[in-house]
Amino acid sequence: MKSNIIKSIRITLVLTVILCVIYPVAISLAGKLSKGRGDGETIVVNGKVVGYANIGQSFTQPKYFWGRPSAVAYNAAGSAGSNKGPSNPDYLKDVASRIDTLLKYHQYLKRSDIPAEMVTASGSGLDPDISPAAAQIQIKRIADNRGLTVAQVTDLVAKHTEAPLLGLLGPAKVNVLKLNVALDELKK
Amino acid sequence: MNTELFGIIASFVLMLVIGIPLGKYLAKMFAGEKVWTDFLKPLENGIYKLSGINPNEPMNWKQFLKAMMCINLLWLVYGFFVLMQQDKLPLNPDGNPGMTADLAFNTIISFVVNCNLQHYSGESGASYLIQHFIFMFLHFVSAATGIACAVGLFKAFRDKTTTDLGNFWAYFLRSITRLLLPLSIVVALILTFNGTPSSYAGKDQFISLQGDTVHVSRGPAAQMIAIKHLGTNGGGWFGANSAHPLENPNYLTNITEIVSQMIIPIAMVLCFGYFIRRKKLGWVIFGVMMIGALLLLIPSISSETGGNTAIAKMGIAQPTGAMEGKEVRFGPTATAYWSTFTTIVSTGSVNGMHDSTMPLTGLWQLLGMMINGFFGGCGVGVLNYFIYLIIAVFISGLMVGRTPEFLGHKVEAREVKIAALITLLSPFLIMAGTAIAAFVFTNHGNADWAVKPSAWLNNPSFHGFSEMLYEMTSSNANNGSGFEGLGDNNIFWNVSTGIVMILGRFLPIIGPVAVAGLLAQKKHIPESAGTLKTDTVTFGLMTFAVILVLNALSYFPALALGPIAEFFSMPK
Repeated sequence: MKSNIIKSIRITLVLTVILCVIYPVAISLAGKLSKGRGDGETIVVNGKVVGYANIGQSFTQPKYFWGRPSAVAYNAAGSAGSNKGPSNPDYLKDVASRIDTLLKYHQYLKRSDIPAEMVTASGSGLDPDISPAAAQIQIKRIADNRGLTVAQVTDLVAKHTEAPLLGLLGPAKVNVLKLNVALDELKK
Repeated sequence: MNTELFGIIASFVLMLVIGIPLGKYLAKMFAGEKVWTDFLKPLENGIYKLSGINPNEPMNWKQFLKAMMCINLLWLVYGFFVLMQQDKLPLNPDGNPGMTADLAFNTIISFVVNCNLQHYSGESGASYLIQHFIFMFLHFVSAATGIACAVGLFKAFRDKTTTDLGNFWAYFLRSITRLLLPLSIVVALILTFNGTPSSYAGKDQFISLQGDTVHVSRGPAAQMIAIKHLGTNGGGWFGANSAHPLENPNYLTNITEIVSQMIIPIAMVLCFGYFIRRKKLGWVIFGVMMIGALLLLIPSISSETGGNTAIAKMGIAQPTGAMEGKEVRFGPTATAYWSTFTTIVSTGSVNGMHDSTMPLTGLWQLLGMMINGFFGGCGVGVLNYFIYLIIAVFISGLMVGRTPEFLGHKVEAREVKIAALITLLSPFLIMAGTAIAAFVFTNHGNADWAVKPSAWLNNPSFHGFSEMLYEMTSSNANNGSGFEGLGDNNIFWNVSTGIVMILGRFLPIIGPVAVAGLLAQKKHIPESAGTLKTDTVTFGLMTFAVILVLNALSYFPALALGPIAEFFSMPK
């Protein structure tokens, strides 16, 4: 027994050096060569960081494309989904009120135009993307608000639609922050 | 065919393409035959020397298990104190506080037993020191513990009669140096080059496009996320686990993570066959497990892509499926796929919130964890399945009226008793645990704990019951995923699930290894015309039937009260 304890302590120490110091530091050094230098990729406008490419942010103003509802209000110091069950009556009331809000700001829409992700909270609360369909339904509102033509905004959405991986794996998506940054630049 | 479906087919194919050859490699490597990673021998010899270990020392099953328990106890004690003191230790750029005693108790057990239930939240509950020196360290060694124990069991059946299960330390160390660490390096690099942070920088702050001040948690996450999947651990860096856009930034990382959590469980099954020179047995077990996996997978995908009927009633389009708790970059198909595999292999990482999945998806998730033997966690999956095998051998023996045998060894009363006790342990822990929780919830709703029992549940009615049932099931299966709406950071859940986890880990390891050790000592009976052949399709089906009957009998009533009742309460 005693010899087992001593072996356990010694191998734990040796492995700690390998697994908790050498391995992570080596990966961290290699990560310096990646796009965000291992700190996370940021988006910079006029020399100022306006967000992280992969972290969604709250858009509520009518001149911007909106992202998905978030259980943590896009506060990226934490992360969480709503964890509401599919049959929860309070949750279904929330969904109904989100639908009403969307319809209020987009009076040209029918209910069946609204994709589910625009009225349901994401898993992380930080989902940076919406589907192309969810961007499409907002185009007219944005165009009206910014004095742009629908064609201009449609073009921009098309340009920012990211195809599935290799063109055939997984869903297509639109990064809301990148799209909105491009929208602001278009105005100039 | 849509691109979401292609995505999971690609994941499935890739998993087989990597997992199958890996099984052959592991069998050779653990048997000490020549493999291409032999260049690591000097490193291993150095570690043996520094640790005072003789890797060639034979161990019988008792010595083997003693060594395993000894080092696991050491980690439990050492980790418990470090967790409580994290605020006084370095590498804590975000100033996270020390854990309370009950949370530390739960958390350290959770990581030592490869469960990773996580009643804390990564961003605010753990410093970088804890995440690396305790959590990531345990990710590696808990997986290696499971693999080493499984190889010990394999060794028992490699020779005709033996008392030698091999050397625990040698299997343990080689699992790390020849398998977990090299693969982790590859996966961590893929992640970091796709946007997962890997540097030691602390929280960042910026002003958003709309002018809000936003804080972003970061840190050396890629390193931990790699091993969290390869080791079927599942404990993530961020609270939202692999749904978090930094933990799983795009579809490529999603494929990488889901494939990496499956390859070792698949490889271990085939490794069993190759290692004991009964290739066919490995493939029959693989077949049974794969059929089981697909039977859980296909209905899950269909239930998620079908969408939420209550939301459909409001007139909303759900073109890809139910989206609550899911991320746009993965979509419902890939999330359903992930939720099935993460529950059958005991990883418990999630790329979407299980609490918000459809009632029947929840049913399949629960059932996957209750069975816990369709591939299962690193090493322990095979051990769990071995118990089902022994029960199937015993029942088949009764049916044909012969003394049951397994691989040339008589299976007698002692072995069957151990197997039966291990089989009964899971339903006992899950049912008793859930019953006590439900009792406390209904009768002691105002108990003065960190979260009052009356406020535990995030959802009412049947779904609320499912939250409690899921937590106990996940703890027993050492899975670690949750219906995370449950308010679980309080003394009741921390202590109760802590006990369930530790029993649900070590007894199902000790039991099978002991049975294997006992069987291997017995005189080998040469195969004859009257021998029950265990590597046939017929016996595979028999085992499958045993698994179904045992689990249906044990869990149907509880499942009927939770997900099944919720399903029937939804609008059609």
